Amino acid sequence: MLKITTVSGQGIPVKGNDIDTDQIIPARYLKVVTFAGIGKFAFKDVRFDDNGSELDHPFNDKRFAAAQILVVNDNFGCGSSREHAPQALKDHGITAIIGESFAEIFAGNCTSIGIPTATLPPDIIESIQQRIEENPDAELRLDLEQSSFSVDQDVFECSFKPPFRAALISGMWDTTAALLSNNTLIQQTMDNLPYIAFSKKE
Amino acid sequence: MSKNLLNKVWDLHKVATLPSGQDQLLIGLHLIHEVTSPQAFQMIKERDLPVLYPSRTFATVDHIVPTKKQYIRPYADIQAEAMTKQLEQNTKNFGIEFFSVNTDYQGIVHVIGPELGLTQPGMTIACGDSHTSTHGAFGAIAFGVGTTQIRDILATQCIALSKPKVRKIVVHGELLPYVYAKDIILKIIADLTVKGGIGYAYEYSGKAIESLSMEGRMTVCNMSIEGGARVGYVNPDQTTFDYLRNRKYGPSEENFQTAVDYWNTIKSESDADYDDVYELNAGDLEPMVTWGTNPGQGVQVSHPIPIVNSLKKSEQDVARRSLEHMDFKEGEYMLGKKIDVAFVGSCTNSRISDLREAANIIKGNKVAPHVHAIAVPGSKQVAKQAEKEGLDQVFNDAGFEWRGAGCSMCLAMNPDKLKGRQLCASSSNRNFVGRQGSKTGRTVLMSPAMVSLAAINGEITDIRKVMHA
Repeated sequence: MLKITTVSGQGIPVKGNDIDTDQIIPARYLKVVTFAGIGKFAFKDVRFDDNGSELDHPFNDKRFAAAQILVVNDNFGCGSSREHAPQALKDHGITAIIGESFAEIFAGNCTSIGIPTATLPPDIIESIQQRIEENPDAELRLDLEQSSFSVDQDVFECSFKPPFRAALISGMWDTTAALLSNNTLIQQTMDNLPYIAFSKKE
Repeated sequence: MSKNLLNKVWDLHKVATLPSGQDQLLIGLHLIHEVTSPQAFQMIKERDLPVLYPSRTFATVDHIVPTKKQYIRPYADIQAEAMTKQLEQNTKNFGIEFFSVNTDYQGIVHVIGPELGLTQPGMTIACGDSHTSTHGAFGAIAFGVGTTQIRDILATQCIALSKPKVRKIVVHGELLPYVYAKDIILKIIADLTVKGGIGYAYEYSGKAIESLSMEGRMTVCNMSIEGGARVGYVNPDQTTFDYLRNRKYGPSEENFQTAVDYWNTIKSESDADYDDVYELNAGDLEPMVTWGTNPGQGVQVSHPIPIVNSLKKSEQDVARRSLEHMDFKEGEYMLGKKIDVAFVGSCTNSRISDLREAANIIKGNKVAPHVHAIAVPGSKQVAKQAEKEGLDQVFNDAGFEWRGAGCSMCLAMNPDKLKGRQLCASSSNRNFVGRQGSKTGRTVLMSPAMVSLAAINGEITDIRKVMHA
């Protein structure tokens, strides 16, 4: 399984606290039965006006077209559990996100599709966003093993939720096989649940 | 060290500790719907995996169903039709029970789980929807999951998850008249912010919570996620047990005492440990309304919208952007704001008691001429009960449109949408920009009774002033 230990590339800043999942992908674009091609709906409502013309948004900025590392602020991804949100970012080309903090379900969804979410203090995040805006070609590098994030030569210490970091580094972020390997224990735990027996089976 | 409910239920469902340090948690009840499940079924098909326990997963269709003539197929919206077809095929192929619109039991997944008795105390419950926290009202540990986790639950009946911390939220005292469960939770989110609950489960307790009906408790738990808490729960008690008698999938009468005995064992001990405690007094609460674009931006209805500079520095930018979107000004009052649309519905407030409260307000009145008002029952069973009580007639007579069951205008994945800059008084759970189907549309969250009064008066009104007059 794919071990994710480092991610490097250009950055893209999306500024603002509490950017919710309806901003990342509005509900009306969830009407799909596959995630393929879902990247075109990322930030749809803030990227385009009603006539489909481009608005001022980093995801429309040609300088960030090849960016892989999204840099966000506080409580990014709050709201819905829709995995369509990280899937849309991934399909757009995002392979890691750094920010001040992340909503819980969103961060879990990112991990389960192999996108690391690293946190740094707000002032450092803001300075990184500014540096990327000034120099979109700045080389960013997230190192999960070292828990570090660098912008060109400058290295910052970053944090991860320990189990998310461990899962990504070990390649265990795709959890199905590990869960299934405990099949005997699954059956035992199920057999010990009192409510299975007393619930009606229609 | 005595255990709280979360720890007890967690330990009962813990299968193993995974190498990552997360726990492998068994899911006792898995609920699925048409939006977040098709890709998960595709993933298990690609891996040639079966559904491990098909009898522990139940399906319904709610997000995309039209609320007018929803039995007419194919749906005019070809994407909605495709999603429904996939769910029909997947449930059929994998032997999963599906409450389709052709059954008597279709409805919003968080309404039908409890009313069918599928939701019970002491369970772990997962669904690909963040409002799964609703089911915590029964003393279950219930949470939203993403599609990849749905894949894991289908294939293994388990997910990888870290145990949250627990914050006990004690709501002392009694609610004043015309102040509801919705107002309690909007106040909690306003106080603790939309991110205050990250990493926590919220245990709601205190006299005001214990006095709530199961439906009121569901409203409170439903919006836990709006405060950042993935899980919210209430310890089960006699109110819980009474609700669960004679439910289609609940314990049979002969098993009922066995069930109650189990349910009593999973309650938090009186001296249980918590990671944090937050207390408030129900008697201090007023009807709440939101003024911004996240559910934490709410005020008691007699208070003005806060002055931006008085807010925490980290909240000021968001507040400015919210006010700009809403076209409201700091310091002004929400009272008297003219509305265009009134929506009674959603997994937060579409149950029979919500509809009764709303009908009680509108009975004998007419919706203001400039307001488009819809009432959307949470399930077919709720609709049936409401129609038996003549509530549909009350809504129709007042000028509300009485609709079929579904998520409807809460997130506008079906034809029910705001248009342009419309301002909607809504009993739903999210006032995010674009949430109700128009990216320039505006949402003000409040209780169903306050929505109904706003519909009649054509503007936001303090229900206490009217009802006490």
